[in-house]
Amino acid sequence: MRYEAPDTTEAAVQLLAAETGLARVLAGGTDLLVQLRSGMVDPDLVVDIKRIEVMRQISEEDGGFRIGAAVSSAELGEHAALSAAWPGVVEAAELIGSTQIQGRCTMVGNLCNASPAADSVPAMVAAAAMVTLVGPDGRRELPAEAVAEAPGKTSLQKGELVESVFLPKRPPRSGDAYLRFIPRTEMDIAVVGAGVSLTLDEQGTCQTARVSLGAVAPRVLLVEDSANCLIGTKVGAAALEALAAAASAACSPIDDKRGTVEFRIKVAGVLARRAAEKALERAKGTA
Amino acid sequence: MTTIKVSTTINGDPVDYLCEPQETLLDALRDRLGLTGAKEGCGTGDCGACSVILDGRLVCACLVMGAEAEGRAVETIEGLADGEELHPLQQKFIDHAALQCGVCTPGFLVAAKSLLDRNPDPTETEVRYWLAGNLCRCTGYDKIVRAVMDTAADMREAR
Amino acid sequence: MPLDARLDAQDRSFKVVGTRPSRPDGIDKVTGRARFGADMSAPGMLVGKVLRSPHPHARIRSIDASAAEALPGVKAVVTQADFATQDGDLHDTLINVMAGDKALYEGHAVAAVAATTTAIAQKALKLIEVDYEVLPHVTDVDAAMAPDAPLLHDDMVTQGVEPAPSKPSNVAQRHEFGHGDVEAGFAQAEVIVERAFKTEAAHQGYIEPHACLASVGPDGQGELWCCTQGHYMVRNTCAELLGMDISKLRVTASEIGGGFGGKTTVFVEPVALALSRKAGHPVKIVMTRSEVFRATGPTSSSSIWVKVGATKDGRITAGQAELRYQGGAFAGSPVEFGAMSAFACYDLEHINVVGYDVVANRPKQAAYRAPGAPMSAFAIESVISEVADKIGMDPVDFRLKNAAKEGTESAYGPTYGRIGLIETLEAAKAHPNYQAPLGPNQGRGVACGFWFNFGGQTCVNLNINVDGTVALALGTPDIGGSRASMCQMAAEELGIAYDNVRAIVADTSSLGYNDITEGSRTTFSSGLATIEAARDAITRLCERAAIMWGIPADAVVWENGHAKPAGPNAGDFEPLSLAEIAKVSGSTGGPIAGHCEVNAEGAGVSFATHLVDVEVDPETGATEVLRYLVVQDAGKAIHPSYVEGQYQGGAVQGIGWALNEEYIYGEDGRLQNPGFLDYRIPVASDVPMIDTVIVEIPNPGHPYGVRGVGETSIVPPLAAIANAVSHAAGVRMTQVPMSPPRILKAIDEAKANGGPGA
Repeated sequence: MRYEAPDTTEAAVQLLAAETGLARVLAGGTDLLVQLRSGMVDPDLVVDIKRIEVMRQISEEDGGFRIGAAVSSAELGEHAALSAAWPGVVEAAELIGSTQIQGRCTMVGNLCNASPAADSVPAMVAAAAMVTLVGPDGRRELPAEAVAEAPGKTSLQKGELVESVFLPKRPPRSGDAYLRFIPRTEMDIAVVGAGVSLTLDEQGTCQTARVSLGAVAPRVLLVEDSANCLIGTKVGAAALEALAAAASAACSPIDDKRGTVEFRIKVAGVLARRAAEKALERAKGTA
Repeated sequence: MTTIKVSTTINGDPVDYLCEPQETLLDALRDRLGLTGAKEGCGTGDCGACSVILDGRLVCACLVMGAEAEGRAVETIEGLADGEELHPLQQKFIDHAALQCGVCTPGFLVAAKSLLDRNPDPTETEVRYWLAGNLCRCTGYDKIVRAVMDTAADMREAR
Repeated sequence: MPLDARLDAQDRSFKVVGTRPSRPDGIDKVTGRARFGADMSAPGMLVGKVLRSPHPHARIRSIDASAAEALPGVKAVVTQADFATQDGDLHDTLINVMAGDKALYEGHAVAAVAATTTAIAQKALKLIEVDYEVLPHVTDVDAAMAPDAPLLHDDMVTQGVEPAPSKPSNVAQRHEFGHGDVEAGFAQAEVIVERAFKTEAAHQGYIEPHACLASVGPDGQGELWCCTQGHYMVRNTCAELLGMDISKLRVTASEIGGGFGGKTTVFVEPVALALSRKAGHPVKIVMTRSEVFRATGPTSSSSIWVKVGATKDGRITAGQAELRYQGGAFAGSPVEFGAMSAFACYDLEHINVVGYDVVANRPKQAAYRAPGAPMSAFAIESVISEVADKIGMDPVDFRLKNAAKEGTESAYGPTYGRIGLIETLEAAKAHPNYQAPLGPNQGRGVACGFWFNFGGQTCVNLNINVDGTVALALGTPDIGGSRASMCQMAAEELGIAYDNVRAIVADTSSLGYNDITEGSRTTFSSGLATIEAARDAITRLCERAAIMWGIPADAVVWENGHAKPAGPNAGDFEPLSLAEIAKVSGSTGGPIAGHCEVNAEGAGVSFATHLVDVEVDPETGATEVLRYLVVQDAGKAIHPSYVEGQYQGGAVQGIGWALNEEYIYGEDGRLQNPGFLDYRIPVASDVPMIDTVIVEIPNPGHPYGVRGVGETSIVPPLAAIANAVSHAAGVRMTQVPMSPPRILKAIDEAKANGGPGA
């Protein structure tokens, strides 16, 4: 195994593209090192992207935020403007693992690990985040929900890596939230996760909404049926119950060591409703 | 395998070591440098016994590659006391009986120092959540949390 | 009892005992200097790794290690053939350390290698070819008892059944305890509650994985450094497994990073010795966390049936239970302790408890804090509370009315001497937590617990140094601060300052045999032996003072750390301090030391009452522990902080087991959660402060009244939390852990059956 730490995106792409064996990108390493140790992967090349300046930055762009692929969750939480604009995304990133993990883990790593239970992904999907990929054939953009194809599998091409993720500008009266269910209070992988982002008009009617669910299907779901239950309403009790029912209906989970099918289906609705309530409070400025 | 030469700073001192690419920072500290204060309780970032501070940030040394420490600054439990002068947290852990077997203690102390460096007046809830990545099986956490809170109070008074 | 155990606890005022001095190993442990199992290295050291069965049950047709042995850097490969044959007590131990013709659980060791690096050792493991014939497996206790269950051992015939069964089964033994006539007792009952319960296996979850460094020279002499609760046990066991003389093996106990019973046997230690002997180099083996979960002992899973009858005015008329514990692949589950302790808290005329020790394709269980008792207490204390609810009586008052006391004939035979259960119940009732208001979805639970406590073989040396300080050599590894307690007892007895006594855990060549640190025995037994060794030293000190004064030895007495003439007739001399006598010891007869060798008896039983409030989220089944109180009888708390620590630690382990911790097996018989990610022990944010009350009802069997305190604290939590959750959620929970999916399912089922209501 070789370890390389290039200082430009282009150099990283060259290394990845030229490797004939198995190559892995190292951002925070909180998934990769566990996989290395367990023997799950045995790469020939590891490319550490933390010395690439552009990947270490959070920058404001067109009123939104561009977040480098190597920015840790802790750094997100320390960015006041980002935390004010996208509290749901930041709280999701800050739910991953422990303080120690949050000092290292990245949202892009969370995305590229392609686990359906990744905490930050439903929040990014609800936020309509766009991802910038760089590869041997240049740059392209993808919606966050299009990165993972199946557990552990992404749509990235050979030699391609994610450089940054972009969170768009927030209209007034917008709010987002992410909630997850875990058996303990910390340190667990989500049994169910729910992200909601919504915008109200001046009368308090929901204009746009996005609802996403994690850990209830092979990949993170964007649940349009749930969002449609909110759009055009004041997000009252009836709309929230309808949203919850639609969220539960969208689930196709498995039974595993973390939860049962029936538990995940039921709790997905509960969390989607609670996340919508929290997003609503933020949009109204009452949170 | 290609052996990598790493030049880094550990507890303020310049240190060079050689490591294999797949070795972790924890392996390098323990097996290459004899700094066995950081413990391996799980090797997967789930227990916090190997907590160290890397460039000012609390991390699990088992989830950092040895090669990554190049040019960085690492702080370990061995650097917490200033010569014979214990860090206030170390003294409070002894005073409060905040350790039983003691194997998680180095990780807790490093993590608690990182907390108090950032937040000199944490609530009990903040202490508990900050330390949630450090497992202790002996104490039930009660005396650890009290020791950290008491240290914070004393350090605020001393300022 | 052979010792002069002068009971002076009740009227004695202590100077050092009962205070809270700093522990002697404190600085080492807060600076990273303390050396644990994996922290030792040796020149030329090799890395040992163990090959483990991927199958829960398989016949091993052959093992071909030739390719591994040929790999450059590999220095030795061992299999069971490298150990001495065992026909006696260590038969199962050997098979568990290294499989023979069968792999009996996933993770069972089948071979091991020693190599120059970890990477080479891991590569070598992959080159060992094991030809397995996969067999049907069983992991559930009830399934293992079914008539058509796959058999683990063709020769296992249930013991304790008359007449002996004609066919083998997975039931190793049947136990029965009790007295009276339960049918007659149930006939007197006005209320009867009968329920079935299940508990899943929980692991001790010590943070330090098993680790050792072994070195055997060509002369057959060996040294072993390891983390263990009992290095004398390790020495004797390893010597026998390797066919060595006990005198040729010296074992040093490292600092130990938690044990809770799980480090009371051997796993990798004999393997490292065998590899070292074969390779001719020191060999270090450190288990990974996954190996710890898959191959060391969790406690039993269980299936329990309980029936309790009572009159409407709150008198229990009969108690009956059937306990089934699977203890992994070998006989020896703690069902006997579970059965003996089942109704130990109650003064009952009619009791019957039957226990079955069952084998299944899981790792061999190891002791876990009060082994066997938490499961039976979960079932019985749940039913006791349900009976109290049914007759509309306060659960503490109901327990007080039926509580065991001095003179009660226990379910397992002995009649209790002075015990403190009633005092713990009264203290719980008087505590502010019992009056705290409860909100919606909140509930309160109470439960009692019992543990026997043990004594055992103990040997202590106490050496008086010429500067007046004292070196205390103990043979029981310190897992929770016991060195501090021993220093306190030595200082108390000698009448000197705590800081003048330094205790160490001596290696196996320095002291006579010491039993393992287990059974809550250390502060009791090593403490008793320390006091006796100090008294022995005092006799020597008085003799030396007599020589210094030129008077008969029996004319000298010891008071407040000084030798004094016994009376006016003995002469008029200024008292001599310990330091003054020690200073000239070279000219009065040589070194001064005290010794004690004892098989300690008289460990007083210990009782506790726990009180917990929880809140259950009715939409997710999540449980939050709001407040928690432990009240327990310590006899006499030597170092109250460490007594509180035992109470708090045991309670939180119990909280973990009650709510989240469990061994989860797949259909394939493989453990699904061999890591701290999905084997969910409590984290700091999961629990509140744990309130404690130390009750002190002195144990007549100890000079200072000490009762062991380490284990009782894990006995009540499962039931206390089950009672609280059941009150909060309105449904009776009968399976541990009460994980959110289980609680939510129970709530939803109750709703479907016409609304929550236990």
